[in-house]
Amino acid sequence: MEKFVRLDGLVAPLDRANVDTDAIIPKQFLKSIKRSGFGPNLFDAWRYLDPGEPGMDNLRRPLNQAFVLNQPRYKGAQILLARENFGCGSSREHAPWALLDFGLRCIIAPSYADIFFNNCFKNGLLPVILEGGAVDQLFREVEATPGYRLVVDLEKQVVLSPRGQAFAFSIDAFRKHCLLNGFDEIGLTLQHADQIRAFEAKRRAEQPWLFG
Amino acid sequence: MKQAQTLYDKLWTSHVVREESDGTALIYIDRHLVHEVTSPQAFEGLRLAGRQPWRVDSIVATADHNTPTRDWDHGIRDPISRIQVETLDANIKAFGAKAYFPFLDARQGIVHVIGPEQGATLPGMTVVCGDSHTSTHGAFACLAFGIGTSEVEHVLATQCLVMKKARNMLVEVSGRLGRGVTAKDVVLAVIGEIGTAGGTGCAIEFAGSAVRALSMEGRMTLCNMAIEAGARAGMVAADEVTIEYLRGRNFSPTGEAWERAAAYWRILVSDPGAHFDKVIRLDGAGIEPQVTWGTSPEMVGSIDSRVPDPAQIVDPTKRKSIERALDYMGLQPDTPITEIRIDKVFIGSCTNSRIEDLRAAASVVKGRRVAGSVKLAMVVPGSGLVKRQAEAEGLDRVFREAGFDWREPGCSMCLAMNDDRLEPGERCAATSNRNFEGRQGAGGRTHLVSPAMAAAAAIAGRFVDVRSQF
Repeated sequence: MEKFVRLDGLVAPLDRANVDTDAIIPKQFLKSIKRSGFGPNLFDAWRYLDPGEPGMDNLRRPLNQAFVLNQPRYKGAQILLARENFGCGSSREHAPWALLDFGLRCIIAPSYADIFFNNCFKNGLLPVILEGGAVDQLFREVEATPGYRLVVDLEKQVVLSPRGQAFAFSIDAFRKHCLLNGFDEIGLTLQHADQIRAFEAKRRAEQPWLFG
Repeated sequence: MKQAQTLYDKLWTSHVVREESDGTALIYIDRHLVHEVTSPQAFEGLRLAGRQPWRVDSIVATADHNTPTRDWDHGIRDPISRIQVETLDANIKAFGAKAYFPFLDARQGIVHVIGPEQGATLPGMTVVCGDSHTSTHGAFACLAFGIGTSEVEHVLATQCLVMKKARNMLVEVSGRLGRGVTAKDVVLAVIGEIGTAGGTGCAIEFAGSAVRALSMEGRMTLCNMAIEAGARAGMVAADEVTIEYLRGRNFSPTGEAWERAAAYWRILVSDPGAHFDKVIRLDGAGIEPQVTWGTSPEMVGSIDSRVPDPAQIVDPTKRKSIERALDYMGLQPDTPITEIRIDKVFIGSCTNSRIEDLRAAASVVKGRRVAGSVKLAMVVPGSGLVKRQAEAEGLDRVFREAGFDWREPGCSMCLAMNDDRLEPGERCAATSNRNFEGRQGAGGRTHLVSPAMAAAAAIAGRFVDVRSQF
């Protein structure tokens, strides 16, 4: 997993609540057996005017110019500003894969759906939670200011605005540790293999019907 | 005295392998359900790291999302779908599993239908799958939840997950449900009440006399859509209904083990006085048949209601959401739900494709004809075994004679990964779980309902109160 320490990035605003993972990456692209290559189909139904299918040359497809990520001022955005319950619906990890493949490294929203939130951390994509008032303010600022950037400092747990305003955020200590170091969680868990084996042996003795 | 525990507390505590001081825990996983869409990258990761599955006999696998629902003798025509299904075949062959029900197997079906059907889901288990509707299995007093592909790989490699405990939420439905009102209507009413983020960060226990009175299939429908209420896990306490359902199933314990297991299962209930962080109470008798009108499951109302008018909504984010939803759905404010006409009907999905669902739909359809304005009405049984059972009862004939398509099992038009889909602008009465934009096909418009309500809509060509059809 790629580390996440500090990011100074262009911000794009997606002003919709309850953005679901079907919208982030539609089902026809889940047929891939790879982890990469989902970026061109991120928000496919909103980004393009024609129905998207795997294998199309996306560069030749008609763009929906009204969609925020197609606007030139947001080209190269690394931070997505979003609304409540971002990432609800399907558990597809293709959603964070698509966001990352597109070039985003951080999302800022008032709340997330649990599975999506969890999936982000496994891939080095940081989902920051700020309270609704702060998110409202950032929406106003980013829309009013072309080239609007934010600094996201994971070490200090703070989002810094261009005017020097600091928005503190909280994050689970273990997840922070893994993101800062780019750790492979499986490797960390396997350090406790003996404990897992001991637990398993006890369980097998007590509830043998769960095994075999 | 021991502190009173909720069912979730008991399930959680009995699976903690180790716990850090900040509450981060390593949780042991008993059952790992695997399907073709969210597993290829996990097996690939395992292979690249040179790892083996920790416990192969925890794995039960099937192909369901991509599989076609007709012309099985032609195989899978879409080459990309075929590769994904063949990749699962190859991975199970290489790594092993307790059971695999591949495409064309008589017991193949939707992963959340076949787990319980086979007795592979047992009370007290932790059950995971790379699919958000894994919450279904909580109906068996399991801790069951959906995971992403990285976690699928983590469970394959370590038999554990790194998690923090969720909060306890109780949804209590008292009283008795009215005739024609089903578990689907209950869960839609709950979501309408608390919203799609109402259960975020929580594990929901469904309780109360209306829940206790549900069959296991009804309880599965209820827990299935806990995720649409924002909760990763939904559950119902074990009782004699649970135990009787499991007796004699393929992977259920037998003999002395059965007696020991059943005794253990009976303690899988919340203790009196156990603390819940959040409590929602509903009167079951007050719940009416539900129909969604928007693009989120919380956009729902009873059959006798009207589509809302966004101009009446004060909160600007909510108003904009409703405006967008009505625009996408092609609906005018204040339209009575019963005046909404439909183009297609889909009876199926992990929410509502079990035998009782098909019986309920068939009882409405029997002796009637699908309205001429309905382009397609289809029934997709949840598994090969459900299909055979339905055929033994003559339900296939009831559906066919009414003008329904009778299909092979799979996820089908719930998410339209195979050829079953809505065309742009088409409106569908669906027994599935998500009415998101494009969920059933780009530009398609989904209204979520119970199987009986979908059947009634097929006959009338528009939504009608199924209670007027008896």
